[in-house]
Amino acid sequence: MTHWVWAVTLFFMVTSGLQIFNAHPILYLGQQSGFGDKQYLGPQAGHGNKQFNNTILDIHAERHEGGIVGVTSILGHDFDTTGLLGMSGSKDQPIYQAFPEWATIPSYFDLATGRVIHFFFAWILVPTWCVWLCASVINGHLWHDIVPKLSDLRLLPGDIISHLRLEFPRKRSYNVLQKLSYAAILILVIPGMILTGLTMSPGVDSAWPWLLDVFGGRQTARLLHFCGMLVIVLFFVVHIVMVIAAGPINEMRSMITGWYRGDDPEAAGGGA
Amino acid sequence: MSKIAPDRRRLLGQLGAAASLLTLGGCDAFDGVLGVGDPVHNFLRKANVLTREAQRAIQGPAPMAREYPASAIREGQRPNGSTDPQTDDYLAIQKDDFAGYRLQVTGLVDKPLSLSLNELRAMPSRTQITRHDCVEGWSCIAQWTGVQLSRVLDRAGIKPAARYVVFRCYDSMDDTLSDQTLYYESIDLISARHPQTILAYGLNGQALPIANGAPLRVRIEQQLGYKMAKYIRAIEIVDSFAKIAGGNGGYWEDRGYDWYAGS
Repeated sequence: MTHWVWAVTLFFMVTSGLQIFNAHPILYLGQQSGFGDKQYLGPQAGHGNKQFNNTILDIHAERHEGGIVGVTSILGHDFDTTGLLGMSGSKDQPIYQAFPEWATIPSYFDLATGRVIHFFFAWILVPTWCVWLCASVINGHLWHDIVPKLSDLRLLPGDIISHLRLEFPRKRSYNVLQKLSYAAILILVIPGMILTGLTMSPGVDSAWPWLLDVFGGRQTARLLHFCGMLVIVLFFVVHIVMVIAAGPINEMRSMITGWYRGDDPEAAGGGA
Repeated sequence: MSKIAPDRRRLLGQLGAAASLLTLGGCDAFDGVLGVGDPVHNFLRKANVLTREAQRAIQGPAPMAREYPASAIREGQRPNGSTDPQTDDYLAIQKDDFAGYRLQVTGLVDKPLSLSLNELRAMPSRTQITRHDCVEGWSCIAQWTGVQLSRVLDRAGIKPAARYVVFRCYDSMDDTLSDQTLYYESIDLISARHPQTILAYGLNGQALPIANGAPLRVRIEQQLGYKMAKYIRAIEIVDSFAKIAGGNGGYWEDRGYDWYAGS
C-alpha cells in the first residue's frame, strides 16, 4: 500500500523540486553563495568579490555567435545542453529555464506554487517514511527483506552477472542488488533528503543549528538535496526497467495485491 | 519446471513502449488546477500552518539564528527585488540623504510614534552577522546593525488586541500608469519580539545602501528574505491583515507565497 503513496509523493516532490531549483539554478558549496563576478552591482550596492566563487553547478542560457545556447557548467567546465537544460522548447518558442517544462510542476515558471506543492507533499512523505520504518521494524520486513546479510553479499557477483546478461530470475524474495538499492533509498537517501531539506529552512536552522554543522552549511545541504534527487530519479528509472524486464503483469499484481507468481516450484501459486 | 529466460527482444520492445507512454503524459497536465488562486493551490497551501506550528514547537521561546564570525563576510550583500525605488515619496526623502525621514508607528498602539533616523540610532543598537536566505535558494552572510523592533513596540505601547506588525514600504513593485502596488509585509508578535528581529539602518559597518533598503529595513532571521521588508515607511500594528491589499499579509503572499516563510 505505502508503495503507491511513495510513488505519487516522490513524483510531486521531484517535479516541484525542479520547479524550485529553476528559481536559482546554481549550486554552491558551504554556508553561503559566492557569486564571484556574477555579483549584482546596483546603485550603492555592496561590492562584489570576484575571488569568492564556490559554484559547483550552474545551468543557464548564454548568447553565442550562432545564437543562444543552453549551458550546464559543472565545476567550471561548460557543456552545451541546448534542448534539455538551460534552454528548451522549440526554435520559434524557446524557453529559458534550467529544467524544461515537461519536468516541472507547474510547467511554466511559478516558484510560489512549486513551494506550496513541495511542502504539502513533504508533510505526506515524512509520516509515510516514519510509518514504513516502524512497521518494517515491527513485522521484520526491514531485517528479513531489505537489510542485506553476509550470505546475500556472497551471492552478489553472480547476481550482477545475471543482471548484466539481462536474466532476471523470478523469485518472491528480493535479490541482493534489489536489497542494496532498496536499503540505500529507504534508509539513507529518503531520511537524508528530509534532513537536507530541513537544513535549507532558516526556521529549522534556528531550532536545530547542528544541522548546519552536520551538512556543512545551507548551500552544501542544497547541493546534497539535489544529488539525492538525482539518485532517486536514477532509482526510479532502473526500477521501471526492472519491473518491465521481470514481467509487468506479474509485478503489477504483486505491487497491488501482494500476490507474486514465482518460477521456483515451491513458490509457484503461493499467495502472500 | 525449468527456468524461463526472458525474451530479450520482447524486453526491448516493452521498454520502448514504456518510454513512449512516459513522454505522452507531460507535467503540464496539472497546470490548470495548481496555479495561484486555484482551489487546489489554496488547499495545498494550508500545509503552511502545519509548518509554522511545527517549527514554533521545535524552536522553543527564543530560537537564535546562527551568528557568524566577521571572517564569514566574503562579499557585499546581494540586493534583490526593488533596488532603486522611483516613487515620488521615496525620491523626496532620498534627496537630502534621508534627513527628513520619519518612521511612523501607528495602529493598535497607546502612543503613535514618528521617529527620525537619529532618534532610531540613539536607541540601544544590536549588531549581528547572519545569513540571509532568499526564497530563490541562495544565501549571503552580512553584518546588520539596528534597533530591536521590540524596543520600538515597547516605546509605542502595544494594545492587547494587537496580533500583527505590518511594514508599509516606499517601493512599488508593479508600476503602471494608473496604479502603484506598494510593497508590504506582516509578521506576528512572536517574530516581532524576537531579540534578533531588528530595524536595520547599517550594513557591513556602513549606512544601509539604497539597494539594500535605505534608510530602514527589517531583519527577521528565522524567515526568508521576502519577509524582510526594505524602504520601510511605517509600521502599523493590527489585529488582522485580511483587509490590507490582497488580504494575504504581504506583497508576495498575495501572489501565492506562504505567509510563514520559515522554510
